[in-house]
Amino acid sequence: MRSVTGKLALAVAGVVAAGVLIGFYVSKLTTQAGSPTYTVPVKTGGAHPVVDLTIQTVAAVGPALSPNPDWVSFLVRDASGKWRRETVWRLPAHATVHVTIYNFDGASGLRNPFLARPQGVDGNRIVVDGKPLAVLPPDEASHTFAVPQLGLIVPVAPVPDDARNQCGYAPCSLSMAHRTETFTFHTGKPGHYRWQCFVPCAAGWITGFGGPMQTIGYMDGFLDVV
Amino acid sequence: MSAGPGISAAAAEPVNHARRVIVAWLVLSVIATPLVAVFLGPAIPPGNGSDEASQQVFDNQVMTAVITPILCLLVVFFAYALTRFRAQAGEAALDGPPLRNEPRVQALWVAATGLIVLGLAGFGTFELLETGAGGGQGPSPIAEPGGTKKKLEVQVIAQQWQFTYRYPSLGGLESAQLVLPAHTDVALHVTSLDAVHSFWAYELGVKADANPGVDNVAYVETKGPRVFHVRCAELCGLWHGYMFNNGLVVDAADFSRWAASERKNFAPVAKYMPAYSHTYLPEPQRRAG
Repeated sequence: MRSVTGKLALAVAGVVAAGVLIGFYVSKLTTQAGSPTYTVPVKTGGAHPVVDLTIQTVAAVGPALSPNPDWVSFLVRDASGKWRRETVWRLPAHATVHVTIYNFDGASGLRNPFLARPQGVDGNRIVVDGKPLAVLPPDEASHTFAVPQLGLIVPVAPVPDDARNQCGYAPCSLSMAHRTETFTFHTGKPGHYRWQCFVPCAAGWITGFGGPMQTIGYMDGFLDVV
Repeated sequence: MSAGPGISAAAAEPVNHARRVIVAWLVLSVIATPLVAVFLGPAIPPGNGSDEASQQVFDNQVMTAVITPILCLLVVFFAYALTRFRAQAGEAALDGPPLRNEPRVQALWVAATGLIVLGLAGFGTFELLETGAGGGQGPSPIAEPGGTKKKLEVQVIAQQWQFTYRYPSLGGLESAQLVLPAHTDVALHVTSLDAVHSFWAYELGVKADANPGVDNVAYVETKGPRVFHVRCAELCGLWHGYMFNNGLVVDAADFSRWAASERKNFAPVAKYMPAYSHTYLPEPQRRAG
């Protein structure tokens, strides 16, 4: 029979072990959630670094990049020009981020038209195919890139339904029908900021918000600001 | 059995355990109840960010004060029983005397617990009917604080995974942050565009479910300027845990300035907004079906 001290030590060890396991699980869950982190290269360093973030949105991610080839997805372009299906992006704190989105997908429409107004970006304007816009017609929104904790909401313009040479599966080439959208935002202080799409664009899922809308690595992710 | 030689008559008298327990209970209760009522009760959340929150703090104060003597009785009874009747090492395990019916104790027990439970139920019902206690009351509220006094109407719109707020009295503008004027009666109309959420303005003492197609009304009377936290309190999908932001209570002048600034920001999208309504059922999207 164990002594009281032995029992106490065993109980403390059990609590510590459980705490470590829970802490590890929660920290993984709230930072990367099993998705690899892509570190966006810094273009200009210093106290206020500048980075370029280039992403594309596609209606179907394709078999080369996912076991769910028909899922809608964001992709990020790395320094070598390769498209990666990774949605946890490490960015420097207090940085200016110039974003370019190549969208190869059609319109789905926003459930809440308020989110068609770009917010949290420089000038509250986006530039679509060279043209500055203060709002996108809500029914035309293809996706959004939104970081609620930073007050960032950006609607993404669609490829017209009747466009020629539409892209079937990612990664899509820029020679195919697409829209080019640019905007600039600022990261602020370090933290883990989740981002998401607000357009119910997950085809075949209840209310358009299942599957890729609820899986990190497709239409959701984190900005890991360090 | 008679007292043996050397044992005084007083020591041989049977111990009145019940009297000891009652005395210890009374002493502990007299000390603990005021302490709990004065120090612990007011420290229980949600604080004093609104009249409703203060009412909840008062309710907690009353209830903790009422349950303190009950808790004291349990603590004293168990502590006394565990120490006084603890078997000694090597002592043979003997069964105790058989339990017998004690009608007076039973009647007292039933009467006391009945009174406490019914009293707290009556108190809680009275408090709930007075202002609604910051809870969602559905589309036809029965506990409207201040009667028909005009209130600032603010619509809370939940969606996966963000709350936005619409102000019909400000031209139907919508904002990503909840800003309320200080010392104002507010009617919050809570609804959802997709799944079931729950709007929880913690320091304001407001919690109301957000159901699609339902106008769930909750009332709050703000106090002075402050920051408060808004969270979703209903598991609603991947980013439920991240469905939070800060709200502000600001003075009247700051509220007017904020409204003017938001109107400017809102202007480009105003023409696309649906007319203000207590519920919205967005049309199926092209893809979602």
